[in-house]
Amino acid sequence: MADLLNIENLTIHHARQPLVSGVSLSLAAGERVGLIGESGSGKSLTALAAIGLLPEGMTASGSVLLAGQQVIGAAERDIVGFRGTAVATIFQEPLTALDPLMRIGDQIAEVLRRRARRDGRSVSRADVANEVLALMARVALPDPTRLARAYPHEMSGGQRQRAAIAMALASRPSLLIADEPTTALDVTTQAEVLKLLETLVREENMGLLFISHDLPVVGAAVDRVLVLRAGELVEEGQIAEVFGRPRHPYTQGLVEAARAFDHAIGAAL
Amino acid sequence: MSLIDLAAVSFAYGRSRKVLHDIDLRIEAGRNLGIVGESGSGKTTILRLLLGLARPTSGRIAFRGEPLDPRDRLFMRGFRRSVQAVFQDPYSSLDPRQKVADIIAEPLRSLNVDTDIDAAVAEALASVDLPSGAAGRYPHEFSGGQRQRIAIARAIVSQPELVLADEVVSALDLTTRIRIVDLLKSLSERTTLVLVSHDIGFVALLCQDLVILEKGRIVEQGSARNILSAPKHPYTQRLLESTPRLPDFT
Repeated sequence: MADLLNIENLTIHHARQPLVSGVSLSLAAGERVGLIGESGSGKSLTALAAIGLLPEGMTASGSVLLAGQQVIGAAERDIVGFRGTAVATIFQEPLTALDPLMRIGDQIAEVLRRRARRDGRSVSRADVANEVLALMARVALPDPTRLARAYPHEMSGGQRQRAAIAMALASRPSLLIADEPTTALDVTTQAEVLKLLETLVREENMGLLFISHDLPVVGAAVDRVLVLRAGELVEEGQIAEVFGRPRHPYTQGLVEAARAFDHAIGAAL
Repeated sequence: MSLIDLAAVSFAYGRSRKVLHDIDLRIEAGRNLGIVGESGSGKTTILRLLLGLARPTSGRIAFRGEPLDPRDRLFMRGFRRSVQAVFQDPYSSLDPRQKVADIIAEPLRSLNVDTDIDAAVAEALASVDLPSGAAGRYPHEFSGGQRQRIAIARAIVSQPELVLADEVVSALDLTTRIRIVDLLKSLSERTTLVLVSHDIGFVALLCQDLVILEKGRIVEQGSARNILSAPKHPYTQRLLESTPRLPDFT
């Protein structure tokens, strides 16, 4: 099966300074891949390059094939259609993805109508409303009928992230990119959102690119992981290999640090 | 010896809903205390009360047995020298226009501490493993972890008995975080720490005692060892179960 995403030798420059150097990764349907690294490692830039959304002033070279389409060097009009169809993205702070002046139900409906237009289908207002409620129930938002009429500021952080996930799902993407999706959430909410993502990715057979600085969270979310440091790939492999027998000294340091925190509370379990 | 005691403390912002209910807790010299809770649990409000930045709506707070009264200036001067704080964001908590030496010396100057300021600053810098040359530089020349070291140096320069730390490692990378933990561990040989955090793993590395807060109430408190090995309250159990950790692959 063709890869949903195939990145080869990706290099990103800003003012002639390399920020990401020679990163390669591929991801097929149903695969869950993690990108881990500390601040400045280039993990978010790699994801932005994958969807052709690098900040102004940055240039990418190498190859990024998104659903078979070359993203690097492509005109905006050629890739805009892929965002929200081939790929959807959720970010750390759901408020940046949500319109503060629009009710949640309307925001999800907008994505559904856009998808219908794209597919050349006409949908009735009632169909859209029903699908909005179904999606909200799918991401386990309580009382969808009431919350559909709520504005983002009236919802908790966990509810907003669920709403952002519902919007991502509304476009039926084959690839979901999640950039630190639980970092802003409390641990009890984080556990719920991680479980939800796992279920959705499995049931919809999506590919998942999960970006985080938090090793245990990545360990819970993906099967395979790539470790980035200062823009370079230092190690990759199955979770059990990379976290169980890290080869690179940098990964060893990360795993050791994460285990120190785990051991402190480990007595409990 | 007890440093700070809270007895039946409640707090409400204005006439709105109470954010703290009936808090009883004691901070003892030589026993680090971790205050753990999620957003909205009231941990930051407790910290403000412990620092004398707010007064309880009801209940009593005592420092070394004396009532903590923010209006008593003489008392508060002694209190400030004994109780210092470090905050979460090392970028906003340091004045960008002051040199590191002046930032660290600030508590000594504002509290009129009679001491050799240059020597005290040099000693504080050495305690947080920063080179003496750092004194003449500005905060923007340092990384996040180094800035947090500067903030810790400022907190310990007056040789306080108690340092209150609010989410001090939350903004830092994992490898930096573990180095700050090591630093705090060595500091806690000479000063008592109160760590306020959502991160139970971080707190567990440094504290003998724990307080678990949920929605403004203490749901469980006691020795960290007991709470971590046999959490009694359902909320503590859920908190521990929800905290992700690396599976054991060996």
